[in-house]
Amino acid sequence: MNFELGYELPVGLLLLTAAAWSVAARDSYSATVGFVSYGLLIAIVWMQLQAFDVALAEVAIGSGLTGLLLLGAAARLRAAEARVTVRPTLALRILAALACAAVAVAIAVTVLTLPEAAPSLAGPAVAALPATGLGNPVNGVLMAFRAFDTFLEKVVLVLSLVGVWSLAPDLGWSGRPRLLHPFADDGVLRFLARTLPPVGLLFGLHLMWNGADEPGGAFQGATVLAAMWLLVLMAGLAEAPRIRARWLRVAAVAGPATFLAVGLAGVGLAGAFLAYPEPHAKSLILFVELPMMLTISIVLALLVAGPPERASEP
Amino acid sequence: MSALADLFTVVAVSAGVLFFLAGVVGLLRFPDALTRLHALTKADNVGLGLVVLGLLPQAGSFFEALKLLLVWLTVLLAGATVGQLIARVARQAGTRR
Repeated sequence: MNFELGYELPVGLLLLTAAAWSVAARDSYSATVGFVSYGLLIAIVWMQLQAFDVALAEVAIGSGLTGLLLLGAAARLRAAEARVTVRPTLALRILAALACAAVAVAIAVTVLTLPEAAPSLAGPAVAALPATGLGNPVNGVLMAFRAFDTFLEKVVLVLSLVGVWSLAPDLGWSGRPRLLHPFADDGVLRFLARTLPPVGLLFGLHLMWNGADEPGGAFQGATVLAAMWLLVLMAGLAEAPRIRARWLRVAAVAGPATFLAVGLAGVGLAGAFLAYPEPHAKSLILFVELPMMLTISIVLALLVAGPPERASEP
Repeated sequence: MSALADLFTVVAVSAGVLFFLAGVVGLLRFPDALTRLHALTKADNVGLGLVVLGLLPQAGSFFEALKLLLVWLTVLLAGATVGQLIARVARQAGTRR
């Protein structure tokens, strides 16, 4: 048995175990713990496949942020979950198992019947990369070749925040999100919230700046910034902003707005929507990425913070 | 010289892995949350420290070595904080019962 296999086999088995655990777990808290471990293991697999950008995104968004959202949901549901005593009937459970198995089989068959040499645009994308001035092909695809997808992704992010905010009660509409911070008066968490953010800020900006040429990017960097802000909020060192604050709303749409403006300018300057005039491609991409990072970090943090609950003080 | 460095790496990383192994055994065998935390934090702090120490001679450049040390320091900071927070919750839950 060679080293590669000796390493990949246990990781693969662990991955399947974590996946099975998060499906089979009875309560939502245990399922979430399984899901987070599953995400971390998946990131190791992506690393093994040399897909560092995907690994970073998986750790930051797939495992970290989604895990945090699910943990928050599990905490809110805990009381309700304990009250549910009615279990689905045996027939219903068998039916659900059959439906799930059918989906799994369908996916497996689809994967197995894919053509051996999968259709790929990787070659042309790498060949056209010098025109963007970027060194990281993943970022080139995200910010130039498939810029429209990335732009819409940011719009969806803002819409999701609107969705969370629309769950606010009438009185909370002018208030602040209420973050649960059971450790707010705790010196330990306050110490971390004072020590880590400078490092995190630098690291987040580094991920974005470096993303032009090496693995990283605005989304991964912004997740780090959002985590730092959440840490400060959870330690009780700062209060979540009122959601009616003008600066907050401007910041929440700054990314997509800048992207749209640069895209429209591309119609005149480069002949197509979201096209960059070639000599300035890289600087324009960085110009779009900075406000995008602001939007992503603010929206992600506010998604975790939840809908505003507290009525505004006089 | 390089053989000596390799030997150092093997010894230090093996010692680190031993700490992780002991931490996992403790996590599985110890009776309550506080003692389990006690076992785990040793694995995190000393185990990772020894692994990083062992990898230092293999680092390609000074900055790579610095990065390894920085990873260890960050894990120390996070591990110490999270350990304290979990211990606090465990103690509160214990006194409430």
